[in-house]
Amino acid sequence: MSYVFDFPAVFEHTDALLAGTGRTLALTAIGAVAGIALGIVGAVCRAWRLAPFDRLFAVYVELIRNTPFLVQLFFIFFGLPAIGVQMNEWQAAILAVIINLGAYSTEIIRAGIEATPKGQIEAAQSLALNRLQTFRHVVLPPALLKVWPALCSQVVIVMLGTSVCSQIAAEELTFAANFIQSRNFRAFETYFIVTAIYFLLAIGIRQLMMQIGRRLIARRP
Amino acid sequence: MNDISTWDIVRNLFDGAVWTLALSLTAFVFGGLAGLAILFARIAKHALPRRLALGYIEIFQGTPLLMQLFIIFFGGSLIGLEISPWIAAAIGLTLFTSAYLAEIWRGCVEAIPKGQWEASASLALSRFEQMRYVILPQALRIAIAPTVGFSVQVVKGTAVASIIGFVELTKTGSMLANATFQPFLVFGFVALGYFALCYPLSAYARTLERNLHGARSH
Repeated sequence: MSYVFDFPAVFEHTDALLAGTGRTLALTAIGAVAGIALGIVGAVCRAWRLAPFDRLFAVYVELIRNTPFLVQLFFIFFGLPAIGVQMNEWQAAILAVIINLGAYSTEIIRAGIEATPKGQIEAAQSLALNRLQTFRHVVLPPALLKVWPALCSQVVIVMLGTSVCSQIAAEELTFAANFIQSRNFRAFETYFIVTAIYFLLAIGIRQLMMQIGRRLIARRP
Repeated sequence: MNDISTWDIVRNLFDGAVWTLALSLTAFVFGGLAGLAILFARIAKHALPRRLALGYIEIFQGTPLLMQLFIIFFGGSLIGLEISPWIAAAIGLTLFTSAYLAEIWRGCVEAIPKGQWEASASLALSRFEQMRYVILPQALRIAIAPTVGFSVQVVKGTAVASIIGFVELTKTGSMLANATFQPFLVFGFVALGYFALCYPLSAYARTLERNLHGARSH
């Protein structure tokens, strides 16, 4: 029995594909901004050994990096309501992405901060910059720039990982795929197209983030 | 409903964790073998195998593991093969692992100084002999730490196999959470199970890395 491919059957649901793509991008964008911000805070606490936060962040990083994202998501969405913390599927998905990316970026950015040459900080102090000014103008920009490629990769990995958010009924791109294939019974074609969309998103996000790195951090036109 | 004790939960989760471990090992062993083949293609003399290997790596690193599993699962039934969740998960995770390991190992091979290639070429070794006797033994030393580190990603990746119906640690947890109405406890245990599998690997990878840097600075 030979199978006849029917890809147009997938494009009858272009609106669902677009909506899903938009939500996956929104989830990634919110997660990336908040996750990297959390990572900067964590990295400073770790690199400058600010007790007790350095220890707390160390435990947090190990817990998150050694458990699957899917289990973190299930724990937040199914587990937390049992102790009285209710949230809908989007709040749970966003929280899970931020917590997950926050742990990875803490480690990544910490490496960048610890690579700051001592002379740079001493020079900043001799110019009477206070600790915050030193961090803001001398330590952070070169640190971020150094580890930016690793951060870009991590954001792409997180974006691809959000596909499991369909499991708590957050209606992102994979949820759209499941919906479409339940309507047109063209599972292979649907997942093939959606996989291609993810591939393009991965390339696009990487390009965009490299641009952001060049423009905002390195301040190159 | 109340006749499932905490001990029953732990025992069932342990059975699930055994399957997580089995899937991880399968993916790691076969992924390692396939990864080695892709590594050879990736650093081949000719452009065609290099391009193909690069395409393979980019596709598996640029798409969600869940989609890869869905495509294998549903693609198999297209060509008339009834693929069980276990087979689909094993194939999917093997391909996923091979792409990442090939790329990690390529970095290690490229870290070997060019002079080593030139010296071994001047000794009239063939390309395969160069790899076998000169490059790979040195690359292996620096490859161990990142390879052990990546094994953590493989163990965590197996959780996604629960979505196509493979009953491992996460799937066992979902079923137990539904049966006991104790999701906080059950998913807490599930997370602990993964932590117990992954943390020793992470810690070992860190130790290896430190030893390597220590050895280099001498």
